[in-house]
Amino acid sequence: MRERRRVVVTGIGVVAPGSMGREGFWDMITEGRTATRRITFFDPTRFRSQVAAEVDFDGVKLGLTAQEVFRNDRFVQMAMVAADEAVADSGLRFGVGDADDAPDPDRVGVTLGSAVGATMRLEQEYVQVSDAGRLWQVDPRYASRFLASALVPSCGATELAVRFGAHGPATVVSTGCTSGIDAVGYGAQLVEDGDADVVVAGASDAPISPISMACFDTIRATTDSNDDPEHASKPFDARRNGFVMGEGAAVLVLEEREHARRRGAEIYCEVTGYANRCNAFHMTGLRPDGVEMAEAIDRALGQGHTSPDEVGYVNAHGSGTKQNDRHETAAVKRSLGPAAGSVAMSSIKSMVGHSLGAIGSIEIAATALAVQRGVLPPTANYEVPDPECDLDYVPKVAREQKVDVALSVGSGFGGFQSAIVLASPTRRES
Amino acid sequence: MTELLVTGLGVVAPTGVGVEEHWASLVRGEPAIRSVEGFDARQYGITLAGQVRDFVPADHVAPQLMVQTDRWTWMSLAAATLAAEDAGYTPPEDDVYATSVFLASGSGGNEFSQHEIQGLWAKGPKSVGAYQSIAWFYAASTGQVSIRDGFKGPSGVVVSEGAGGLDSIGWARRVVRRGTPAVLVGGTEAGLCPYAMLCQVTGGRLSTAERPEDAYKPFDRRANGHVVGEGGAILLLEEPGAARARGAQKVWGEVAGYGATHDAHHHEDPAPDATQYARAIRLSLADAGVSPDEVDLVVADGAGVPELDRLELEALGAVFGARSRPVPVTAPSSWTGRLMAGGSALNVATALLAMRDGIVPGTAHLDDPVDVPPGVDLVGASRVQDLATVVVLARGAGGFNSSLVLRRHAGGATS
Repeated sequence: MRERRRVVVTGIGVVAPGSMGREGFWDMITEGRTATRRITFFDPTRFRSQVAAEVDFDGVKLGLTAQEVFRNDRFVQMAMVAADEAVADSGLRFGVGDADDAPDPDRVGVTLGSAVGATMRLEQEYVQVSDAGRLWQVDPRYASRFLASALVPSCGATELAVRFGAHGPATVVSTGCTSGIDAVGYGAQLVEDGDADVVVAGASDAPISPISMACFDTIRATTDSNDDPEHASKPFDARRNGFVMGEGAAVLVLEEREHARRRGAEIYCEVTGYANRCNAFHMTGLRPDGVEMAEAIDRALGQGHTSPDEVGYVNAHGSGTKQNDRHETAAVKRSLGPAAGSVAMSSIKSMVGHSLGAIGSIEIAATALAVQRGVLPPTANYEVPDPECDLDYVPKVAREQKVDVALSVGSGFGGFQSAIVLASPTRRES
Repeated sequence: MTELLVTGLGVVAPTGVGVEEHWASLVRGEPAIRSVEGFDARQYGITLAGQVRDFVPADHVAPQLMVQTDRWTWMSLAAATLAAEDAGYTPPEDDVYATSVFLASGSGGNEFSQHEIQGLWAKGPKSVGAYQSIAWFYAASTGQVSIRDGFKGPSGVVVSEGAGGLDSIGWARRVVRRGTPAVLVGGTEAGLCPYAMLCQVTGGRLSTAERPEDAYKPFDRRANGHVVGEGGAILLLEEPGAARARGAQKVWGEVAGYGATHDAHHHEDPAPDATQYARAIRLSLADAGVSPDEVDLVVADGAGVPELDRLELEALGAVFGARSRPVPVTAPSSWTGRLMAGGSALNVATALLAMRDGIVPGTAHLDDPVDVPPGVDLVGASRVQDLATVVVLARGAGGFNSSLVLRRHAGGATS
């Protein structure tokens, strides 16, 4: 039997709230700064939750052309900027013949996650064509030229494929709030299965718009800590009262390990396992026992022959809702067993909010950087312990700690539970 | 290559609700494209659509679930049940993770969402109901099917516009390779409400013709765009050993090969040549271990846009041009309209039905066919033909190219 093809991360790009690029993001989360603030994109006065983690994003300043900005929703623009940074970081050169660093374009794939796609543009245009909700039979004279691509989020995968001349398999992955983990997981599977040597994999979402805020308001999933936006996102803390909406993108360059080694690429980490399971319980509810997430974690650890006691860091979903943090704590305890007592686990959503589908990839980026640099980002705002959440959440201050194996997990509407395992390239395999 | 069996089909399509209803309508050549009902599409220059007129949601979806979900999800719930019933499938009691739901989506819960955004802007945030957050997003149908039926396997959602139905099958194979024996694949679409229709109109690929015979005419010299349809199909795929172990009675066929490429040329326009489309077909044939000579039928994407039709024929010519006998090529979407992600899934169901009965459904309104390259034989009127290997093609706007190879299963049931 042919040896299993292995997948490594050779490039990372990030567009996150409160920072610029991958290094700005890393500095911010390791300094424990929060990017949550009162919403500025629209007047949030009539909304229950009035805070969010917004990106001060200007596509043109970040290298996009006027036309790229004009035709694309914000989620696509952020994906393009993150992908540009990731590809530059990888040292790969697309479309330059058979240079050492130029992969075969037919063997480059794209997997882009997004939970809600072009929702911002679809809503803004709806306001025009419906005359602010007056017309059910919307008026075509006020429609822009690019609504057809906004309707179907696969436009995001197309933009990335065109950008890098990637002729391999391309898709958008849209599994709600696990999209960002699943997109990287699917990308890794493309490489493992021999359908691509390089995959531009990541996720992007831009959901800070009235309809998105309103729909989470009604089910009280988002925080109402409007008076203190900087401390509104409080994962694992007993005072937590809902998530803070965020936005952003992260893209990774995944590469077959020998392909990366041959060209002498710097390797952040290896993707050794990925799995997802469904709870088949409720679209938004979670059982407290975390059984299905634990199953996903177990499977992901098993794929890479990593044992629970090798896991040095868990990058948590940690959304800051009552039920999620309890559910997730139970799942990690179930999977890691006694090792859970000593594992470091943190939620960067305390700082950058919850950008729905994008956050899974942003968290994988944070986890990959943590593995590479031996520094674990903290859980900001963590002060009051909750008896039901009794692990080491790396409160407030980053920690220097070498990690051989790290886990990033996610949970989303629809009952999806995903887990991905990253291992240091210097890990000694047993 | 992972051999997979198709053991169940569930169809909710303009041609009918139920696999036999759909097939009878196609074989009889009954056009399901008619004047749009339910809203005024003429305002957007559109007269015709492929609506699922026989669909009574309450026959398929519990009232409590119906209020939480969009029409698109009602159709997915119905099609998933029909597929499981067709397969006689009940998930194994000792493994809740043995069944996955891996669907394609295109545009999400359109009509539900239009209502909620309308309310938000007309009346304010408090008018938005509790179900908007779970009804609109692209994973809603997958999640609801998983929850209703208790399927806890590794589920997923892919979006690649019209190619999605085939891509869900491609991704399901990865799920099976990694140990999950049964996966529901395919998808449905429901984009027939004012805003979703307007969005689609801006893409510039819809026919504005007023009579069905003038509208969606793939491979005809008068091709002038496509008609939007709704619905789709959901299929149950099973790993052969697992299907045998549970005593599956019916096998529609085998998923023998799959290939996908992207034009990576332009954000809207197709590549000027069919290199990548042809490569997707070749990848799927190589994956299946099938030579171009062995293909008995191609179910084409059939875009109905002259430039896209030309490129599809160019791709077919490149792959099949050296055959001594040309390969029959049909475009059954011409009867239903294009159902986006649901359309390619429906074409897989249609191909399997064609294989079962040895009947090739024809292409609607193919009055004056365009010139075809060597190796291609366009099927106008339906015909009788023994079919052992069928290729199904699909493209997604933006440059997605996918190809699936289906093969007749030797020995009928899972013996």
